[in-house]
Amino acid sequence: MKGYLAIVLLLGSLITPGGLAHAKLKVVATTPDLGSLAREVGGDRIEVVSLAKGTEDPHFVDAKPSFIRVLNQADVLIEGGADLEVGWLPPLVVNARNPKIQLGQPGRIIAADVIRLLEVPSGPVDRSLGDVHPFGNPHFTMDPRNGELIAQLLSERFCFAAPGDCSIFQSNLKQFEAKIDGRMPIWQKQMAPLNGVKAISYHKSFSYLAERFKLRIVNTIEPKPGIPPSAAHVVNLVAQMKSESVRLILMEPNHERKTPTFLAQETGAKIALVPSMVGGTKEASDYIALFDSIVQTLLATVDGGIP
Amino acid sequence: MHTRLCRCACVALCIVVFGEWSPGFAKEIDPSEMESLKKQITLMEEQLRQLREKVDQLETKPLRPGPPALEKDTAEAEPDDKEKRLRDVERQVQQQRTANRGILAPFNPKISLNGLFSAAMFSEKDNLQFGDHDPHVQGFNVQNVELHLQGTVDPYFKMDANVVTFLNHGDTTIELEEAYGTSLALPANLQLVAGQYFTRFGRQNWQHPHQWDFADQPVILNRIFGPDGLRGPGAQLSWLAPLPFYLEFIGSAQQGEGEIATSFLSKPGDTVRGYTLIDRPVRKIGDLLYMPRVVTSFSPTEDVTVALGGSAVFGPNATGTNNRTSVYGADIYVKWKPVNQSQGYPFVVWQTEYLFRDYQAGPDAVNGIPASRPKDFGFYSQILYGFTYRWVAGFRLDYANSSGGDVAVPFLVTLGQQDLVGERWRLSPNVTFYPSEFSKFRLQYNLDFADSRGREAVHGVFLQAEFNIGEHGAHGF
Repeated sequence: MKGYLAIVLLLGSLITPGGLAHAKLKVVATTPDLGSLAREVGGDRIEVVSLAKGTEDPHFVDAKPSFIRVLNQADVLIEGGADLEVGWLPPLVVNARNPKIQLGQPGRIIAADVIRLLEVPSGPVDRSLGDVHPFGNPHFTMDPRNGELIAQLLSERFCFAAPGDCSIFQSNLKQFEAKIDGRMPIWQKQMAPLNGVKAISYHKSFSYLAERFKLRIVNTIEPKPGIPPSAAHVVNLVAQMKSESVRLILMEPNHERKTPTFLAQETGAKIALVPSMVGGTKEASDYIALFDSIVQTLLATVDGGIP
Repeated sequence: MHTRLCRCACVALCIVVFGEWSPGFAKEIDPSEMESLKKQITLMEEQLRQLREKVDQLETKPLRPGPPALEKDTAEAEPDDKEKRLRDVERQVQQQRTANRGILAPFNPKISLNGLFSAAMFSEKDNLQFGDHDPHVQGFNVQNVELHLQGTVDPYFKMDANVVTFLNHGDTTIELEEAYGTSLALPANLQLVAGQYFTRFGRQNWQHPHQWDFADQPVILNRIFGPDGLRGPGAQLSWLAPLPFYLEFIGSAQQGEGEIATSFLSKPGDTVRGYTLIDRPVRKIGDLLYMPRVVTSFSPTEDVTVALGGSAVFGPNATGTNNRTSVYGADIYVKWKPVNQSQGYPFVVWQTEYLFRDYQAGPDAVNGIPASRPKDFGFYSQILYGFTYRWVAGFRLDYANSSGGDVAVPFLVTLGQQDLVGERWRLSPNVTFYPSEFSKFRLQYNLDFADSRGREAVHGVFLQAEFNIGEHGAHGF
């Protein structure tokens, strides 16, 4: 009888989420940027899993069944929101059977809630505009100040989910803010040669980066979000880049290179392969390193001055 | 500066309060008032822009000389305070912009309409396409027009519904394909689905026609689950095992009546394998269909995901008062997609399903056919290669065969249903172009060999088009 009881207790402890010990908060982030911010705030008091890889397109992540298991055991789900993950996250959350991460619950954190979104369409919106985001551009982690705002939100919500560790989260937040505050003037100083420089980007992934560091992105290689460039659009781009002296092409490493290379050859502009997420390149290993590597890449691209 | 911010916040708050919480106000709002509100928002945005510029200036300005403690306090307190106030006002402006998109929008279900059309050409007058949603007539076909609604019911359930219509030789058919609720918050990793739904057998039976990777239904699914797939009203309970890998058990009980349950009670007067179906309503709990399914998934590498499943369905059939049908299936799905994918490309998917049906038939007193135990079995195996953005090439191999029940085959011939038994092979290459996620064009060729046609090749060519409008919820893996 005692043997049976021991087995039942053992099985019980195996299947009880979190077990009996003071468990770490289990955090799932949809993208590695959000995962990295969570690590900054949560430190060693949380376990973080990021679903999308930094090298892949965050709009087109497969809703793998293994993610259902990860979400099932999560205490907190952090998503970007603003339709960034609309193509893959909703069925995962439904199938995860986890009341803690349903919409409206404290365990569901939507980063876009605290962000001033850029490029919110002001007129009527329909899909003739391409795969447009009606709530605004969701690539907002590309501004370090937005990272700070998200970290503040994470600290508030982690405190709610794990009050015992709140002082640690708050202290980690202060340290992270100090890191950003310390790096920001350096980044801005380093980026000074690029102030006002005109650029084009492949996708609208760099609007927030450009606004923060005063780059001027005048067009995109995609004529509309998610629509590949047509020959006519490329011809127009060449003309625009020449007439407006566009000197830089910003793109993530995973896009096709044929069109950007052609544009560079035709106009003399330089291509900067820039990650748009943590993990997008080997150097972009965390949120601070992401901006360090972006700044370094841009500076290396324009080394010797803007052509 | 402080007064201006407060004024902004008050205006925004008033707009939010009246805009969000008073639908009556929204209905009666004067266009000129709306214009004035829009102007105020534009004004507020300009003020915000100016404030952000000031914050930027503060960030880049060298710190003032002075005692270190004071310098630190000033440097930290001012931007923090400004950022916080900015954040509050920005959030209110954001909420107002969202509210302008439709005051009740968050409560509306997601609505989408999907149209699937095709042009078809066949080498034979009587072709071998028996699916209701296949291109099955020479010339133009309306394969499937699906109205899909999806929304959250309350904190405990969400609901999905698909109402489908299509043309059958010019006649419009309307079907309630699915309408079901799904639980969101059951304890112990359980999930309940209740309503009318496709049986979660294998991989393709519960996909809607616009999700299919080919223009038509696999032969073996058509033979065993009929022209419309297996579905019906019922309840399904599934359990996610609390293990380090994904393992899910699904159990379902459904009504097995009508043309949507052809291997089971189906429709009185119809024939299955040559046997006429009697009127056999559900009288006891054992007359329902029961489906167990187990499915697991794992990723051997970062680029590859594998899903394996096993399913069965047990239920009564109407060729006799106590006859029963058992269907068994196994499925495998392997997907390769590199971690540096762009817009979901490139990828390779291999999907295969095997099905087996054991059918207790007859005797058929009306036609004088003795009892028999026919078996039907077969598989389809398909590979899809997304070779460049928006382009997918596919190839499918179909095989189906049957054994036993030979006593009824002559009667099948008199009914003209001999194509539903015997050996059949089909090869289907296709290529699909997706102008966007919301439309597609597909060209497919079918090369068919059937015992019933003397193993002479039957050719079919389809050009399929799909258009989707509205907000269609994301599909699972």
